[in-house]
Amino acid sequence: MKRILGRQPLGLLFSSPYLAFVMVVFAFPIVYAVWISFHDFFFAAPGAEPARPFVGLDNYVAAFSNPAVIRSFGNVGIFLIINVPLTVVLALLLATALNRVVHARTFLRVSYYVPYVTASVAVVAVWLFLFNGNGLVNSLLGPLAPDPSWLINDKLAMPIIALYVTWKQLGFYILLYLAALQNVPKELYESAEMDGGGKIRQFFAVTVPGVRPATLLVLLISTVTGANLFTEPYLLTAGGGPNGASASPVLMMYQLGIQQGQPDVASAIGIVLVLGVLVIAFIQNRFVGERES
Amino acid sequence: MNNPSVSRRITPRRTIALAATVAAGLALTACSGGGGGAASDDLTATGPITIWYSNNEAEVGWGKQMVEAWNAEHPDEEVTAQEIPAGKSSEEVIGAAITAGNAPCLVLNTAPSAVGQFEKQGGLVNLSDFPDGASYIEERSGDLAKQYQNADGDYFQFPWKSNPVVIFYNKDLFAKAGIDAENPPLSTYDDFLATSKKLVDAGVAPYAIQPAPTSEFFQMQFDFYPLYAAATEGAQLVEDGKATFADDAGYEVADFWRELYAQGLSGQEQYQGDSFADAQSAMAIVGPWAISVYDGVNFGSVPVPTPDGTPADKTWTFSDAKNIGLFSACENKGTAWEVLKFATSQEQDGQFLEATGQMPLRQDLPTVYADYFAANPAYVAFGDQASRTVEVPSGPNTVQMMQTFRDAWSKSVIFGEGDVKTALDDAAASIDTLASQP
Repeated sequence: MKRILGRQPLGLLFSSPYLAFVMVVFAFPIVYAVWISFHDFFFAAPGAEPARPFVGLDNYVAAFSNPAVIRSFGNVGIFLIINVPLTVVLALLLATALNRVVHARTFLRVSYYVPYVTASVAVVAVWLFLFNGNGLVNSLLGPLAPDPSWLINDKLAMPIIALYVTWKQLGFYILLYLAALQNVPKELYESAEMDGGGKIRQFFAVTVPGVRPATLLVLLISTVTGANLFTEPYLLTAGGGPNGASASPVLMMYQLGIQQGQPDVASAIGIVLVLGVLVIAFIQNRFVGERES
Repeated sequence: MNNPSVSRRITPRRTIALAATVAAGLALTACSGGGGGAASDDLTATGPITIWYSNNEAEVGWGKQMVEAWNAEHPDEEVTAQEIPAGKSSEEVIGAAITAGNAPCLVLNTAPSAVGQFEKQGGLVNLSDFPDGASYIEERSGDLAKQYQNADGDYFQFPWKSNPVVIFYNKDLFAKAGIDAENPPLSTYDDFLATSKKLVDAGVAPYAIQPAPTSEFFQMQFDFYPLYAAATEGAQLVEDGKATFADDAGYEVADFWRELYAQGLSGQEQYQGDSFADAQSAMAIVGPWAISVYDGVNFGSVPVPTPDGTPADKTWTFSDAKNIGLFSACENKGTAWEVLKFATSQEQDGQFLEATGQMPLRQDLPTVYADYFAANPAYVAFGDQASRTVEVPSGPNTVQMMQTFRDAWSKSVIFGEGDVKTALDDAAASIDTLASQP
């Protein structure tokens, strides 16, 4: 019994509320989604009891025979390639700078954090006025403005979304790095300085290795939230336009699962997306996290 | 710091926890047939009911008086009414309510495009099962009612009201551009294009007309479909299980819009706001609901253009109808059916017309409410047009079909990529497949 319950059985009792929470909001939906993805499933009224035959991989084949779905995975790949490295680099640089700022530190921290806590719907409206055809950015660029304009340009729509999300989320990641920076021993900087290391050398030799656990966290969180991209293409490019150039897999899940009544196909997309994120997270952990131990 | 040698060891406790998680998940899955219980199939049960109506201010006003009038006469069958709860769209809210088993008895704002899915979900009552169901519908709506039947000829929706789509034009901007504002040349595709060019060249507005260029499935109802209905004298998107639009009329409509976009007479980018109200476009393609919205604009209306300029009294268009659904979760279906008939009686239809300016799907509308149209001449054309409207195809895959069409349209017409004919042919082939699927 002790082997099963451990040395502190009371711990199980204390952790059970959280375990129940995880079961209801995470384990159940994901197990249900896996089940749905292998069956002919649609949402039905209580008592309707439609047949839900096992269909093997049919839903996966249906999902990935759809060029729009394939494209959405490519789009989110572009998004992650731009968003994740940019987030890590900018958040670390700005956090390091903020850590050294003496004056107006609180003001600057709040300034970076405000976009993160502001509702996306409100902030998207500002970006729409900045980047639409007659927007401020094009007015400033004049003849250099892209044609078609940013949000209806199939080459630029996704990068604009990636920049938007990077900017919006940056405050949160800066806070993570600021917290991590407090744990880097000052003696290391002093030693580096005594060895003749300049500021840049100190940054790469002390700061970057010192905040590696935070970097892994930033990589994981930005990858997971980026893979779940929905609000921005839904609002900023009016449903993943132009021509699906900014559609994300989650947007496709919404269209197929909710609007078009195919939750089985949508679940198949969701499961593949989860697996994809797990693979990326594993690779990130392998290359960034392992050296930590 | 992690210790790989520890963190990767599979202990009995971990195995048990994992097994428990999976087992509980599967157990929850097994009992997740949906919330609530199934309601009785008795179509004669009476008692209190709940209804939802649109959050449109004018419709809320009408709905409240209708409910008050009913409740005053039927204290034992009280109706409780509320606006449709907020969501991304009414259809998503209703779909969720069906699954949860807490849909109201009636929803007076049911989109025909969603009815097939609701029927497949088991969420709707077949109105043809009421002894006077089909006869009441057909006596009220005449031949138009048939468009609202499912493939078996049953009515899972009550054809309620339409907003026949026409062209609104800003008389002041037309006059400013030197165009006859009382008889604008907009009846043929060539006239429409020439007038549009004149408007934009004159600089009176950035665009001649600006339907939403976005990729939502329903946007095809406000660019392609009205013109296609007009060009074909009432062809539906899908007839007898086959897409109809891959024909000369469809290609011509697509070429017409592509030309508008290619010449910059329509914008490829969504306008943030109402482009017609803000004088950013000189024309709009809308229904009579917009008359009260465009109160501050000096506008006129004409039928949608056709290749050869069909006379107004022969022109068809898209209905933009909203119907009434009676939902299977309703306990008192007998009362719900009586309330539905009360709300669509000649008297209440008249009140609805008066309050909202939307057209009850009732045959001989201009003669039944002659006094209203005499007092409101701006609505006469809509009253007449209401008898010549087409609806979206029925069936559970309507939204998929419309999204398939919209995707092809966005690419080939709005953004001018590839050949229009090929795009419509490919979309038609995909829609044929969808139409054949249950």
